[in-house]
Amino acid sequence: MTWALVAIGGAVGAACRYLVDVAVTARFGDRLPWGTLTVNLLGSAAFGLLIGLSAATPDDVVTLLGVGFCGAFTTVSALAWETVALVERGTPSRAVATLGLSVVGGLGLAAAGLAIGLSISA
Amino acid sequence: MSVDPDLPAPAARPSPLVAAAVVGLGGAVGALARAGLADLWPHRADQWPWSTLVTNASGAALLGVLLAVLATRFPRDRFARPLLGTGLLGGYTTFSTLSVDAVQLVRFDRPGLALGYVAANLAAILVGCWLGLLLSRRALAGPDAGTAW
Repeated sequence: MTWALVAIGGAVGAACRYLVDVAVTARFGDRLPWGTLTVNLLGSAAFGLLIGLSAATPDDVVTLLGVGFCGAFTTVSALAWETVALVERGTPSRAVATLGLSVVGGLGLAAAGLAIGLSISA
Repeated sequence: MSVDPDLPAPAARPSPLVAAAVVGLGGAVGALARAGLADLWPHRADQWPWSTLVTNASGAALLGVLLAVLATRFPRDRFARPLLGTGLLGGYTTFSTLSVDAVQLVRFDRPGLALGYVAANLAAILVGCWLGLLLSRRALAGPDAGTAW
C-alpha cells in the first residue's frame, strides 16, 4: 500500500464528487439526491472496470485510482444522510427510490464494469 | 430543530473551487483512514468484507452527529461541513468498494452472502446516521427536541 497514492487519489476523488454534486443538483434539482446517485453509479462502474483489469494493471494504479479516487469519489455517508432527510421531510417513497436506484444501478454497473475489464484483460 | 442541508444562505458559502479544495483536504485524510482499516482487516473475494461495513456504518453515524452539532451549535459554519462532512467522512465511506465486493461475492458463488452484505450495509448506514442525528439532537437540545417522528 502506497499511502501517498491513497491520499492523492482520495483528495481528487472527494473534490470531484463535490463538484459533480454541485453541477448535477443545479441541473436536476433535489427531489432525489441525483448528485450522490451519479457519483456512486459512475464510481461503481469505474471501480468494477479497474478490478476487472487489475491482473494486467500495476498495483500502484489500482491503489491511486481504485482505493484512492473511486473510494473517495463515491460515498455512503451522504447517501445515508440524504435518505434519512427524505424520510424526515415526509417523502419516504423518494427515500426508497434512492436506495433502490443505488443498489440496482450500483451493483449492475459494477458487474458490467467488472465483466468488461475481465474480458479485456483475459 | 431541522437540519436542512439547504439552510445556510448561499452568500455564506465559500466559492465552489475553494469548497472543492477544502473537501479534497478532508477526502485525503478520510481515504487514508479507510485504506488503513482495510489494510489491517483484509478479506478474500469470497469472504464477508468487514472493514468496509465498519467504515461505512461508523462514517454514516459520525455524519449524523456532525450535522446535528453544526445545525444546533454552529448554524453559520462555512468550512466544517465541507471539510469534515463532505470531505473527511465522504472520503472515508465508500460505495464503489461495497458494490464491487458484493458483485465479487456473487462471482465466487456466494450470492446469499452478497445479498446479506448489501442489506447489512444499507441497514447499518441508515440506522447509524439516524441514531447519530437523533441522539446528538437530544443531547444538545433537550429530551423533547430534535425529531420529527
